[in-house]
Amino acid sequence: MEDFILLNPPSTWDLLIEFWQFNDMNALWVLMGSILLGTSASVIGSFAFLRRRSLIGDALAHAALPGVMMAFLLFQTRDPLIMFLGAVTSSFIGFFIIDWLPKNTKTKPDAALAITLSFFFALGLMLLSFIQGMEVENKSGLDKILFGQAAAMTQEDINLLMVVTVFILITVMLFFQKFRLIAFNSSYAQSLGIAVNRYELLLALLIVMSVVVGLQLVGVVLMAAVLLTPVAAARFWSDKLTSILILAGILGAISAIISTQISYLAPAMPTGPWMVVSLASLFFLSLLFAPNKGLINRYLQQNQLRQKVAEENILRTLYKLWERTEFQKNDFNMGDIQSLRTMPTHHLQSSLKKLCRRKLLTSSSRGFRLTDSGLEQATLLTRRHRLWENYLNEHLELTPDQVHSQAERIEHILTAEQEKQLEEELKNSQQDPHGNVIPGVNNATQTGAKR
Amino acid sequence: MSNATRPAPIKVQNLNMRYHHKPVLTDVSFEIPEGKTIAIVGPNGAGKSTLLKGIMGLEPLIEGEVSFFGEPLSQKRLSTAYVPQREEIDWDFPISVMDVVLMGRHGQLKLWQRPGKIDHEIAEQALKDLQMWDFRDRQISQLSGGQQQRVFLARALAQQAQLYLMDEPFAGVDVATEKAIIELFKNLKAQGKTIVCVHHDLNTVGEYFDWIIFINARLVAAGPVEEVLTKENLQKAYGGRLSLLNDLTEEVYRTRLNQAHDSD
Repeated sequence: MEDFILLNPPSTWDLLIEFWQFNDMNALWVLMGSILLGTSASVIGSFAFLRRRSLIGDALAHAALPGVMMAFLLFQTRDPLIMFLGAVTSSFIGFFIIDWLPKNTKTKPDAALAITLSFFFALGLMLLSFIQGMEVENKSGLDKILFGQAAAMTQEDINLLMVVTVFILITVMLFFQKFRLIAFNSSYAQSLGIAVNRYELLLALLIVMSVVVGLQLVGVVLMAAVLLTPVAAARFWSDKLTSILILAGILGAISAIISTQISYLAPAMPTGPWMVVSLASLFFLSLLFAPNKGLINRYLQQNQLRQKVAEENILRTLYKLWERTEFQKNDFNMGDIQSLRTMPTHHLQSSLKKLCRRKLLTSSSRGFRLTDSGLEQATLLTRRHRLWENYLNEHLELTPDQVHSQAERIEHILTAEQEKQLEEELKNSQQDPHGNVIPGVNNATQTGAKR
Repeated sequence: MSNATRPAPIKVQNLNMRYHHKPVLTDVSFEIPEGKTIAIVGPNGAGKSTLLKGIMGLEPLIEGEVSFFGEPLSQKRLSTAYVPQREEIDWDFPISVMDVVLMGRHGQLKLWQRPGKIDHEIAEQALKDLQMWDFRDRQISQLSGGQQQRVFLARALAQQAQLYLMDEPFAGVDVATEKAIIELFKNLKAQGKTIVCVHHDLNTVGEYFDWIIFINARLVAAGPVEEVLTKENLQKAYGGRLSLLNDLTEEVYRTRLNQAHDSD
């Protein structure tokens, strides 16, 4: 038993430190290769995403499988370049089938994609099991391209990976303007005399290339996620294409670092699933926390708006109550407010408290009373509400009730400028369709002084 | 009709187009004058947009020829600007107004070339002409329908072409945009440029355009507004298709007779 303790394997922590000390040169190369792959696949995948051809990467990756197997069968070698060429060839055959079928037969594009994808994948799996039954050298790592295995990559694999990914990134930089133009509006690009077909072929080639060099890292099955998830996540953060591409590249690189490391710490673990899981986590983080389009921000904004509407409604209700007493009585309790405005009691209480804190209301034993600034705002809201009612009444065939419920919403968003516009258009209308006086701009201070 | 001194901006001869086996346009031939505003008018499904796309080579012709100033389009690309329908575009695409307008300069830029200073100046002027300069940094997703249309027109303007082909520029735009487009037409005409528009509104066609091409799967009439905007032509264009012509042309396509019968 004592011997057993002595032979205790190094802890995860030790492995982690060892990895980042880069004593193992191979680890460093694999890390750099995977960062480049994550970056280039995310960037080129962005264009597929923007052209709404998201699934093409998935089909092309699956279509590469029989090419790899055929190349191995024909040449009996694992030379990366031969594998690469085999994969590119069969991916491209897949691409042309996907392109040709819908144009020349009644098969729709989505069906063409699904049929090609599954057919090539099945073909690849058949060849793989055939090879595994054969008595040949070198066959052991072939099945790794299904899910990717960073730790199994050789120096030659990585050299090829680096050349190809750098080529992809440079090409995208060079042709960025044209790629964007075609992704945005390809018929217009064609009308300018740009050879759209040639650029589309170039884009397809770049996608095929990044898919194929990614096979050993990510694997056939999950490659599509690396093309698409980064850009989908980056879309939450920006509306500018260059920023989106850069961010997508960074997200791809981060997920590559995470997954490569895990592949080293736990060699039995395939890299692909880890890469996709870390990308998906980044996607969910973006979905939740992105500053403008994130769900949390949207929820907060919605809440803020709801609160604003509730408070403004209370102000306006107080104005109406005050108006009903011919501007004599100023203090009203919650019961008075609820008689005019349906609102849950606890919400009413909390909103009243907030209004008091903002010094728009004061509360005393007699009830709530509008302060001068509260009155000013309440008058403004009432004015906008009634102006809008008049406007609708004049231009649309609506009953006074319909007009009222419309104005209930519009009053909260009308700006001073629009108010002026309404005023000019309506000339000097004094009363709303229900016969209530529209308070003037200066009315508030005048009547306020009378209190 | 033909002008001896200078060939017509667009001459269409015997144009035939189809969708699967259905004939969309049959034997359309016309020639348009230079420096005029010309409307392509007809009922829904008459093939107005298809005609424009066929002329621009964006959709295949079964038969027929189109020449621009007497030459094939490839020789006259820089003189010709096309404004697609607004609906063709994903307006959520991450791009700013200025970048869209700069796309108009790409016909002149080679391969990886980026728009330069002069291109920016031209785009600036185009945006100003359409009162969209203040919106130059906006994302296109934040524009109203009319503003989107003006961005498209500014992009075409940035091409500095002689001939403008527009697909329904007046569809679904606000009054301000409509006025801006009319103003644009006036300016372009004053410079001797030719404008061809697909137009759907019969009430305004006589007011906005000098010339009309009536189509309904075939050419009904083409000529100056005062001559062709007649009750008779309207009836012909809007009174339904010639069913016999339609059915037999479809039959020709279905049996591939047009390929079997070598006429020349």
